[in-house]
Order: sequence, then C-alpha cells, then structure tokens
Amino acid sequence: MQIFVCIKQVPDSGQIRVHPVTNTIMRQGVPTIINPYDLFGLEQALRLRDRFGGEVTVMTMGPPMAVDSLRKALTFGADRGVLLTDRVFAGSDTLATSYALSYLIRKAGETWGAPDIVFCGKQTIDGDTAQVGPGIARRLGLSQLTYVSGIDDMDLTDRQILVRRRGDHGVQVLRSRLPVMVTMMEGSNEIRRGTQADALRAARAEIVQWNAATVGISDTSLCGLRGSPTVVKKVFAPTARDEKAEMISTEGISPSGMAEALVDQIFSRQPGLRDDLFRQAAGH
Amino acid sequence: MTHEHFDAIVVGAGPSGNAAAYTMAQRGLKVLQIERGEYAGSKNVQGAILYSDALERIIPDFREEAPLERHVIEQRIWMMDDSGHTGMHHRSDDYNEQKPNRYTIIRAQFDKWFNRCVREIGVTVLCETTVTGLIADEHRRIIGVQTDRDGDGIFADVVVLAEGVNGLIGQRSGLRKELRPEDVALAVKEMHFLPQDVIDARFNLRGEEGVVIEAMGTVTDGMIGTAFLYTNRESISVGVGCLVSEFAKSGEATPHGILDRFKAHPSVRALLEGAEIKEYAAHLIPEGGYRAVPDLVGDGWIVVGDAGHFVNAVHREGSNLAMTTGRIAGETIANVLGSCLACTRDNLQAYVTQLQETFVMKDMKKYKNVPRMLEHGGHNIMDIYPRLLNRSAQTWFRVDGRDKKSKESEILRSARQARGLTGLLGDAFRLARAWR
Repeated sequence: MQIFVCIKQVPDSGQIRVHPVTNTIMRQGVPTIINPYDLFGLEQALRLRDRFGGEVTVMTMGPPMAVDSLRKALTFGADRGVLLTDRVFAGSDTLATSYALSYLIRKAGETWGAPDIVFCGKQTIDGDTAQVGPGIARRLGLSQLTYVSGIDDMDLTDRQILVRRRGDHGVQVLRSRLPVMVTMMEGSNEIRRGTQADALRAARAEIVQWNAATVGISDTSLCGLRGSPTVVKKVFAPTARDEKAEMISTEGISPSGMAEALVDQIFSRQPGLRDDLFRQAAGH
Repeated sequence: MTHEHFDAIVVGAGPSGNAAAYTMAQRGLKVLQIERGEYAGSKNVQGAILYSDALERIIPDFREEAPLERHVIEQRIWMMDDSGHTGMHHRSDDYNEQKPNRYTIIRAQFDKWFNRCVREIGVTVLCETTVTGLIADEHRRIIGVQTDRDGDGIFADVVVLAEGVNGLIGQRSGLRKELRPEDVALAVKEMHFLPQDVIDARFNLRGEEGVVIEAMGTVTDGMIGTAFLYTNRESISVGVGCLVSEFAKSGEATPHGILDRFKAHPSVRALLEGAEIKEYAAHLIPEGGYRAVPDLVGDGWIVVGDAGHFVNAVHREGSNLAMTTGRIAGETIANVLGSCLACTRDNLQAYVTQLQETFVMKDMKKYKNVPRMLEHGGHNIMDIYPRLLNRSAQTWFRVDGRDKKSKESEILRSARQARGLTGLLGDAFRLARAWR
C-alpha cells in the first residue's frame, strides 16, 4: 500500500512575532515546526502502514529549508521524504499550491506507485484556509474525506475505506472507494516517538528534491504569485477591547452555583436579554 | 545482529560539542552527535557574546553565513550603587574592522547554524534524543551510549562529553563528582524587543555596531554576582547571575527579584523603556575556576566545554573556551585514531597537555584563587566598594563651595570608615594575589 502524507513547514506559533509597523508575520529567525494538524495525518498513515504493510511517503512544497521538516517526519517513522522546491512557486496561494502539489503527487505515484490514500492536515496554522487538501482531491479525482476523526476499517481487496467524520450535527460514518484524500481532525491520535533506528535513518536519509520541471509542470503561469488570484487587501491588528474579562471565583461553589453566577452576570450586563429570552421561549 | 559502530559519539550540540564534532568529521572520522533538544540551540542559553578567534580556528569564513547580531565596539563596566553607577567606557572605531573581534549573538539561531555546518561536513546528528547512560566493557572502558529511544546501545571508540554544566551523564557514570553550589552560578536573562533605530539612538550606535555593559554592585544585594546588558539587532539581552551558594545563604533573594531590581535601576530603566519582553531563560554557569575542573580524560571518554568547567568568570568568557576545548579534543582524537591507537586515558592525555599550552588553562590557572577570594571578601567587593566609589565620585564632582583638599580628605576618611586601614590593605593584597 502506498500512503502519501502532505505536510507544511510553518513558523512556530508559540514563538512568532508580528512586525509592529507592517503587521506582517516576521518569519526570520522564528523556529519552524511541522504544521501540527499534519501530524495527525502522519500518525494515522504510520498506523495503517504498520497494520497493512506498504510505505509512507511524506511530501511538501516549500523553500530548501523545508527539508528539515521532512527529516523530522522521517524520525517519526516515515519511509521517505520528497521536497518540491522551485523559485516559480514563491508566493503561491491555495489554488497554486494545490496545483503544484497535484503534480508532485502524480510524479511520486509514477515513481513509487500510485497512492491509495493521500493524507493532509485539517488546515494549516499559518493560513487556516483548509483549502489545499480538497484542492488536491479535486485535481487528482480522489474521493474526498475531510474532518476525519478515525478510520474504522480498510479493505485493500475491495478497495474500500470506512471512516468517521465530524459533521455539523454529529459523527458521520462514511464508506468510500480508494483512492481517497483524507484530512484528519486534531486529537484523533497522538504522534509516536520514533525508535533509535528511525532517528538514525532519518538523520542520514537523502531527501528527494524535485523542481517544477522534474514533476512535469510546463505552464508556470499557474504557479506561484502569477498563478495565485488571492490578493491580501489589508493586514491589520485588531484593536484591543476596552472591557476586561470578569473572573467568577469557582472555589467552593457547586457547578449549578457557578452557572447561576454566570447567568446573573450576563443578565446584569444585558438587562434586555432576560425578557427577550422569555418572550422567545413563550413564542415557541 | 551487528551493532553500528562510530569512531566517536559527541553528547551535546552546544559550542564545544559542535566544535569537537566538526573537527573530527573534517579529519575524516565517522561521528555521531546526539542532542536532547528539538534542534541544536533550542536548549542552549548564554548572554550571549561570540568571540571570533575561537570560531575562526574552526570555520575561518564563518562571518559569511553565521547569524550574527552586532559587533561590539563599546564595552562599559559599571560599579553600581542604589542610585547610579561609576564606570569605565571603552569605545573605539578600530572595532569597526573587516573581521570584528566580538559579536552579540542569539544562541538559538547561532547554534542551529553551527550545527548545520556540522551536519554538512558529514556528522550524523540525532536531535530530541537524550543519552541516558554510558556503556562500559568489563575493563570499565567506555564503549558506547544508551539513549532514551527504543533500541540497543550505539557504540564508538570514544565518547566526547559535551553535555554542559550539569554533567549528569558523567556524574551518573561515576566519572565526576556532583556540582558544588559554590562552583556554579545561576543566571537569568530576558530578551527585550525594541526597533533597531531606537536601540541605535539609545546606545549611540550606527549600522551593526553594538554595546556590552557588565555591571556589579549593590544590585546583587551583596551576593557574589554580576549583571549584564547586551545590544542585539532588534533586542536587548539583560540578565543577572549569582553563585547558587549565595542564593542558598541569602534564603530570600531570588534570581528574578535581582533581575527586576537591575531593570528598575535608574541607570538601566531608560535603556529598556518601551521594550517588549519576549523571552526569558535561566541557566547554570560553571564558575568554580581551575580548582573545579574535573578529570578530563579516561579510557574511552573525554570532557569538553561547560562539562569540564571551562569558564573564565572574571572575563565573562565561556563559549570561546568551549569551542577551543572541543576543537583540541577533536584534534587529539583524530590523531590517536589516525595513528591506529586506542582512545585510552594515556593516549587522550595529549588533550590535557595541549590545553595547558593554550590561553584556556593559562587563564584558568591565573585566576584560580579568585573564587576563594570572593568567598571571603565577596561582600566587600559587591557592596561596600561600589557604594564607596559612587559616594566618592559624587563628592568629587559636586560643586558646592567646598575646597578640593577637604573633599580629598573626606573621600579618604569614608574609605577608612568603610573598611579600616588594615581592611583596605588586606583587600588590595588579596585582590592582587588572586589576580596575579
């Protein structure tokens, strides 16, 4: 079985600084991490490999320094890492990124075998769009399973997968035909600690590096800034609100007492709310 | 199953470990470096000043790529009392040279770069991996390490202990004693962010020029310790450090309490005004000097950097001693293995012999009596003299209608009052002897 996991190297949100004048994120010197949501996909991929056999290939598009995050993924136990890096990709929005990644996945499929599952994180912590995974699925014609909280079963002979998906009003149990693109929910698992052998192998592994031409992209007008219709119109820091949060002491108070105190606080701040709620309740 | 074998395993990826690993790989050895932090530098704390000379001997053209903040063109030494300071400033345009002598750096970034150089020259680097113990053979010769990851031991001809001040692995393996509170300082520091042009204006700097302030005096409440303030490109590192034994003795003083006092001091406050604190860190500094240096070599092991207590506390030097001991250890090991010899205590002894010939051991020896002198006369140096100096300066510089002759007598009188004539002479004698 071939499993591909798309990851993204992002600035560590715990250590980020915002430029006081331009309000843009200052990336220089900020440590990078693997987008935390991607690790849920990676762990799920490793579990499936351990159970069904096969290989886990981790891939990313980014600057040359992104090899660090691929190497890190190998220390968790992934089998190989592939970096797609080229100046033409600079400034990509989600549309251009999913375009480039779809070529990367196709090329990786030709090289090591077509993927049965492509994992992505739910979204990234620096862009928060949750668009790239679905974009890849659409471009490669994969079934798309987003916000998956668990994989219940997989059958490689019937080529079917059974997953649980977090929906708006509960959990959906969905069956799909392979190959699929899956984005994993946070908290669905916990990334493992790789063994000493994994760590040694990762430290010495050769990370495959491809550019636009290697993966067969000939039309660079769909890449990078040129291929990105998204425009950042304005970046601003929200102004701090004047009112401060009020703390309700919980010491020695029962849960219902706390709830009452909370409701009292709300009603004392919003005198009209109480009547509105009663009126609505009466209307129902 | 055959175990993987390396020529050398380096424990730690600070300046000494990186220097050792780089030097050995450059000489063709198969080297494994193990670092417990997420990346090299993630757990390393220092003021931080980089001394070019020590690094130049390892990576001559480091200035082209290393992340450096500012080169130091001005050194301020302050003796502080509660309301001000008296000091010496040394500044020279000569330090705006092509290859500056000292730089301020941010260790997390610098160590990461240094370790990348180490990897690029062929060292295998395992991060997020803690060495939990050393493996010895039946002759008590060290032959490898055990890590906290699942798997068997990893084996090598020699283990370089560049594990830092605590030296826990050496301790656990019975190669060294536990640290004594008198031999180690606890330092805390904060990073205060300010725009580059504000720092330039406040410290009278241009471009990449930087200032270093070292201070001592009443700010440490009579405890043996110093404070510092270094300018980075867009931030100021500010910190204090005192001997652990002094905190224990005081019972009340806390590192952050002293740092807060330093930051609120009238001489410092304005320099930090409007800055945003973004980081804080604490670290131990081995300050016991020459007498605290543990055994440095044994059968299959060698100690470098902070783990070997290589810090010159008087001159606030450490990272250069770390890099130099790492380099010389690396050279020694390469020579021993290159001559097809075993890394026995006798063969590794060349490392110690060679260190004696360098500034490292010569300086350590020069100041070997300083810790003892401070233990006895530290309070006077940290409290009485700074007060005396500042009071005298004020008497001298105030224009108040009194004649200069009586001012001179007042200054002498207050000195005698503070320490007595024998006290003054004794302090001068002890200081001279410790300095010799």
